[in-house]
Amino acid sequence: MDFSWSREEEEFRQEIRDFLKAELPPGWNDTLVLDHEDDEYIRLAKEFTGKLGAKGWFTAHWPTEYGGLDWPFWQHFIMNEEMSIADAPIIGGNGPKFLGPTIIHYGTDEQKAKFLPGIAKGETLWVQGYSEPNSGSDLASLQTRAVEDGDEWVINGQKIWSSYGHYSDWCFMLARTDPDAPKHRGISYFLIDMKTPGVTVRPLINIAGTKGFNEIFFENVRVPKEALLGEKNRGWYMATTTLSYERTAIEAPARAQRILNDLVRYAKLTKKNGHTLAEDPNVRQRLAQMAIEIDVARCLSYRVATTQSRDEIPGPEAPANKVFCSELIQRLAQVGMQMLGLYGQLEFNTKWAPLKGKIERLYLTSVSGTIAGGTSEIQRNIIAERGLGLPR
Amino acid sequence: MDLSLTEEQELLQSSARDFLAQKSPTTHVRAMEEDDIGYSPELWKEACELGWAGLMFPEAYGGAGYSFIELCVLMEECGRALFPSPFHSAILTFGLPILLGGSEAQKQKYLPVISAGTLLGTLALTEPSATYDPSGISVRAEARDGGYVINGTKLFVLNAHTADEFLVAVRTSDEGGPANGISLLLVPADAPGVSITGLSTIASDRQFEVEFTNVAVGADALVGEFNQAWPIIKSAIDHATVAKCAEMVGIGQVAFDMSVDYAKNRVQFGRPIGSFQAIKHKCSDMIIEVDGSRFITFRAAWSLAAGLDADREVAMAKAWTSEACRRVCANAHQIHGGIGFTKEYDLQLYFRRAKNGEVLYGDADVHREVVAQAIGL
Repeated sequence: MDFSWSREEEEFRQEIRDFLKAELPPGWNDTLVLDHEDDEYIRLAKEFTGKLGAKGWFTAHWPTEYGGLDWPFWQHFIMNEEMSIADAPIIGGNGPKFLGPTIIHYGTDEQKAKFLPGIAKGETLWVQGYSEPNSGSDLASLQTRAVEDGDEWVINGQKIWSSYGHYSDWCFMLARTDPDAPKHRGISYFLIDMKTPGVTVRPLINIAGTKGFNEIFFENVRVPKEALLGEKNRGWYMATTTLSYERTAIEAPARAQRILNDLVRYAKLTKKNGHTLAEDPNVRQRLAQMAIEIDVARCLSYRVATTQSRDEIPGPEAPANKVFCSELIQRLAQVGMQMLGLYGQLEFNTKWAPLKGKIERLYLTSVSGTIAGGTSEIQRNIIAERGLGLPR
Repeated sequence: MDLSLTEEQELLQSSARDFLAQKSPTTHVRAMEEDDIGYSPELWKEACELGWAGLMFPEAYGGAGYSFIELCVLMEECGRALFPSPFHSAILTFGLPILLGGSEAQKQKYLPVISAGTLLGTLALTEPSATYDPSGISVRAEARDGGYVINGTKLFVLNAHTADEFLVAVRTSDEGGPANGISLLLVPADAPGVSITGLSTIASDRQFEVEFTNVAVGADALVGEFNQAWPIIKSAIDHATVAKCAEMVGIGQVAFDMSVDYAKNRVQFGRPIGSFQAIKHKCSDMIIEVDGSRFITFRAAWSLAAGLDADREVAMAKAWTSEACRRVCANAHQIHGGIGFTKEYDLQLYFRRAKNGEVLYGDADVHREVVAQAIGL
């Protein structure tokens, strides 16, 4: 067991910090706090992501032949960690993280040439079209249909919870191509231009009052044969592999650390009944517990990363991370709200709101953490069934 | 960064696991709970022959020269097997402080015989105030006739009954704050004025009240500098704390393994109870707790082995693992239902030791306060 970073890794971490200092807008995440769905945020995020793309950092872990830098695993890990600690405005992370690797793995040469450069440069925004109104945790029951008609596919159906759908250029989605096959074996994976006639997007307003995700409607959407990625009817298996790429991150503990740092600073500066919050034994215990849980989460991430760094696919330790981190962020939000008392209810970016209302916003948005990308209950089932061998 | 075991660590782990599976099955653990001594001296001698006692002592003092990380690999195995042994008393809290603060002559005298298993010692640190804080040390030693005279009562002293010598933490000055004015003295167990009384504990380990009544020792009994022993004690206790965490990882792992096994085999309503989500989700939470404990513990072990300032890491490991191991064992009981509540079923052995591990070397509340200070509160 070795928890050390090499000198090169430490130097690289410093390089990322310097880059962030130079490139983030002044007062970022301190005096300037934006909703991730705010138009100004999107503008800044596109600009910042473009800078990463120009340096090749957006897809640094990809092979050089596809626009990557072929970075060693841990270097990429460190960059992700630092970007998350700084809350760097990055948009379209699903491209480099799992759509790109899926195209590299299953795509034709034409598909690779067509899509990978746009992802690597951070120019093309992709939206995920997986969930449907009647297919949430039971995703494999999805009903959106794709039917072959001459040289084309004709797609009909509806997707939901598609984040950033209203800003996206392309959609990677799942549709049923064989309604007679067992449900997992009749699904295919498609890459669809959002400008195709028949595609409409309707934003949904989330609990925090912003346009987080969308419904996407497909009405007789005609796309060419080449819209199919990989083998017909194998889409489920391709998608579930991508899902396990999604669940591997250091991002959550890094993000939690940033929030905790805010809370610690607030506790030291804020007086209540003649004492600072930092002097209150209950506050001390709660914040310490959060610090401990964040480091446990960090260690669990290092463990998953150790597996990934050997080019092995992580097993149930990846869903374990997802459960632990998403629930930890909710606990952290509650600890913060409890500290803020009456002030905690003041809305984001309003007068008197402590920490610009970041904790109020977190308290609301963190509700989705234990639902999106597979609920905590589904994750626990995966751990128990695939990891521990408990019967279905 | 690499959270896997090295080849050497894996070898140590598998050889320890094999040895303990053979020598310390739960029948042995149960027999030792009823035994007068509480562990098998013969088995301890065998463990010493394998090099366990001197594992982290330098080769110059009869040790094997491994790092503290390897010691924790071993302790996890000892925890799995609930191995009854004087490891904490003789090695971590007696041998280690001598290694950390003893004179060259003391190291030469004690470490080889501790490693060989021919001498046992223990640390007499805690008192009826029941704290590991330096302010808890009130047993006094007065300088007299070129030596020291000790008076007072120590409590929760491990394995005092088989110790050849005690290392006694004494108050020798009231100046300069509680961490100042503490000294360490070596006291032969058969010195006039030493008396011990056994305590009856939840985990059937052997803890004692040790009374010192005008116990006189010579000037050469002093380990480390006069009045300046606290850093030695603190470092030894930090190591012992993390070693205890590693044992709790082993305890939790077995309680978890037993539960998954039981859930697969216990049939109710015509199906294994492990097919119910209520049970599955408990099992999933348990493995997250055990794995979290393992890695937060080994991070602390690594920090100590690397000689880093590890207050935060040690406190985090103990705070988390203390509670996680208890929760895992409690969930294990819930999954096992009535049978787990019986004395004849092995689960109670783990549940009782989880509580013992939780309170030894400070519980989660104590260590959370250390973390609070470390994060700037």
